[in-house]
Amino acid sequence: MGAYLTRRVLLMVLTLFGMSVLIFVMLRLVPGNIADILVDSAGIADPKEKAKIAAELGLDRPIFDQYLQWIGGLARGDLGFAYVSERPALEEIAPRIPISAKLAGLALFYSVILGLPLGVISAVRQNSAIDYLLRLISLSGLSLPSFWLGLLILMASVQWFGMIPIYTNEPRSFIDEMLLLSIPAAAVGFRSSALIMRLTRSSMLEVLRQDYIRTARSKGASQTTVNYVHALRNALLPVVTIIGIEAAFLVGGLIVTETVFNIPGVARFLVEAILWRDYPIVQNLVMLIAFCVVVVNFLVDMAYMALDPRIKYAD
Amino acid sequence: MRNRLAIIAGGLAAAVVIAAPAFAQKQGGTLRVSHRDNPPSASVHEEATISVNMPFMSVFNNLVFFDPKEKINSPDKIVPELAESWSWNADKTKLTFKLRSGVKWHDGKPFSSKDVKCTWDALSGIDEKQEMIRKNPRKVWYKNVKEITTNGDNEVTFTLAREQPSFLSMLAAGYSPVYPCHVDSRTMRSKPIGTGPFKVADFKRNEAIKLVRNPDYWKKDRPYLDAIEFKIVPNRSTRVLGFVAGEYDLTFDSDITFPLLKDVKAQKADAICEARPTNVHTNLLINRDAPPFDNPKLREALVYSLDRKPFSDILSQGNDLRGATMLPPPAGVWGMTQDELQKLPGFGPDIEKNREVARGLMKELGYGPDKPLKIKVATRNIAIYRDPAVILIDQLKQIYIEAELEPIDTTIWYNKIQQKNYQVGLNLTGAGLDDPDGVFYENFYSTSDRNYTAYKNPEIDKMIDEQSAMTDLNKRKAMVTKIEQALLKDGARPPIVHGVSNTCWAPAVKNVVLQHNSIYNGWRLEDVWLDK
Repeated sequence: MGAYLTRRVLLMVLTLFGMSVLIFVMLRLVPGNIADILVDSAGIADPKEKAKIAAELGLDRPIFDQYLQWIGGLARGDLGFAYVSERPALEEIAPRIPISAKLAGLALFYSVILGLPLGVISAVRQNSAIDYLLRLISLSGLSLPSFWLGLLILMASVQWFGMIPIYTNEPRSFIDEMLLLSIPAAAVGFRSSALIMRLTRSSMLEVLRQDYIRTARSKGASQTTVNYVHALRNALLPVVTIIGIEAAFLVGGLIVTETVFNIPGVARFLVEAILWRDYPIVQNLVMLIAFCVVVVNFLVDMAYMALDPRIKYAD
Repeated sequence: MRNRLAIIAGGLAAAVVIAAPAFAQKQGGTLRVSHRDNPPSASVHEEATISVNMPFMSVFNNLVFFDPKEKINSPDKIVPELAESWSWNADKTKLTFKLRSGVKWHDGKPFSSKDVKCTWDALSGIDEKQEMIRKNPRKVWYKNVKEITTNGDNEVTFTLAREQPSFLSMLAAGYSPVYPCHVDSRTMRSKPIGTGPFKVADFKRNEAIKLVRNPDYWKKDRPYLDAIEFKIVPNRSTRVLGFVAGEYDLTFDSDITFPLLKDVKAQKADAICEARPTNVHTNLLINRDAPPFDNPKLREALVYSLDRKPFSDILSQGNDLRGATMLPPPAGVWGMTQDELQKLPGFGPDIEKNREVARGLMKELGYGPDKPLKIKVATRNIAIYRDPAVILIDQLKQIYIEAELEPIDTTIWYNKIQQKNYQVGLNLTGAGLDDPDGVFYENFYSTSDRNYTAYKNPEIDKMIDEQSAMTDLNKRKAMVTKIEQALLKDGARPPIVHGVSNTCWAPAVKNVVLQHNSIYNGWRLEDVWLDK
């Protein structure tokens, strides 16, 4: 197990290194850089102005030097300077991470807390009215884009309650913040909960037909024990995989939800930074996301072991 | 005696009546404004967008200013600001300002004539080493400035190479604040220091721009507001819903399109909304340096192909204005009347007749229904650019041109235009100032930094210089019309429509005066107050 963990950690480092090279090169392959954008935004046609800004930001140096400077800084915890705001990138990124992390965490919490039990209910009550209703809801969850759902929620709030649940001022307490984030989190989490529900349902249906379930029933175990102790645990493996994947995909959902609900999180900031070709911000944020995805994948693999004792990671 | 008493009593009564509105104004409160995007920076001199002017104009003062109480910016409506008075010498080449004393920058340092000198030394390019600006988009505005001299702390003189009546107008624009000599350009881009009614408290990208009252403002009873918060809300639907829900007191400038106006009024009946021209016009860019549009006849055919009414009907429910390069009256001071416009090529009321001319030209060049000219219409990949481009493509079919839309990412749009890597482009041009010097020098003068189509016509340059020096208003207007005709004939950015849009505010917001011939002026906000 120890050797396996070492291999995994090394693989994670290698993946992150590959990611750093990829994002660095890809950003520079995309046409236009910050000097173009800054000068163009003022409608100036003079190439000398662009060259001056590019030199000031070090964009005229060889790409390998630029990469070494960035990766060296990253290793030392120095994320460089944001091109647009001209402030340290860390100062720009750090306050936004907790906001998005809370939103993503809450959305994931919603998806699991709704998706799992409803999936079980739907499987256990297969082809009943409640199953049809839950399948309809899950289908709508998969079909409704989160930005559209978000806008509908905003319109309904304004129309019926005369208020708009958007992020206007910094919340005064943690509870306030959770309340404020709960609506956008529901908008983002709805899709994931629908996916988890459908997968839980199909996985449960498969498990419920297994011999050991029949054995548990014949031994007199209650329906709840059969469903939640014997069946659900065994049905969870594919669901855990999908939760891991969804956690990574949440970033995409966060971008639109943060925009619609005006949340000053990291996802919206990333899009803005891409549009401005603000390399230090984009590179560091993508690395952060890559790190999160790699860690979540690792945790998912560990969860397999906890859920199914037959799974062993050989040294 | 009785008569005298009656006169005094009457005078007092009249004074009370006149003064009553002044007493009604309330001090305090925070004005909440929705902002459409992150401004590229906070430095007004370095940028060319309302995203910067609207939030940061109230941080600064100009030497002179278009009267904020007037809706139309015109040369005869200029009032002093940091200058107490001004005077011209006999041959109108020296403009001397007497400056207000006792004015302080937001960091407590005193304002003086040196600040004025170093601001315009940097802007005019006399002193390129000035650290206060990194980009200078309006350098061409000050191409006629020869020298700036100070006489003590309270007097400054601009020496011009020749007479230029518009010079004072350019100094009065929202784009002409005085900057402090002692503050570097990076600070000016992130947390600028001014002498204006409000100080920058915070500028957080993707969140808000917070301004607070300047307690040391030289105008003792201003501003009325304690603070202004511009909330950055990139999604327009969220901004509009936020305004309807009372989260914002004022919408972003011209943010409410005509279709949206109906929704706003239906959901917030007491909202005050005002439509005004944005002085941003949609136009065509034609690449005259490469085939096929290096042929003047083909450019002329394009000019005759346009039917401006559908553009206005589709884009703004018929509210956009027909005009040439200069904004048409009544809001525009220099533009042509509708009668005059009709005489321009392609502006005649009989669209079919115009298109017949265009088709004739196309046939002369060998094109026809069986042999259409195939081109690409490039435009920025943003709805306000794409939508008119689609209408244009439809209209070009009428003159045997089969066009394909080429949406271009904003980040490379100007690059593409500068490199002449296009055939026809659909473009939007905003005027920071309703003045021929501002508009013509910026966009059509061969040496302008903002002439990104690299339009070069020595004849036009000569005419622009000529009108710029004219002191007789009527003669100058006639010359401006002549330039507009020549530009159109030459196919230089043929104008399509001038945009009109709405700005809305809650009834509690008082004293908002929108200026109707430039959205970039009039955002000092020192007279705005909240009746809450």
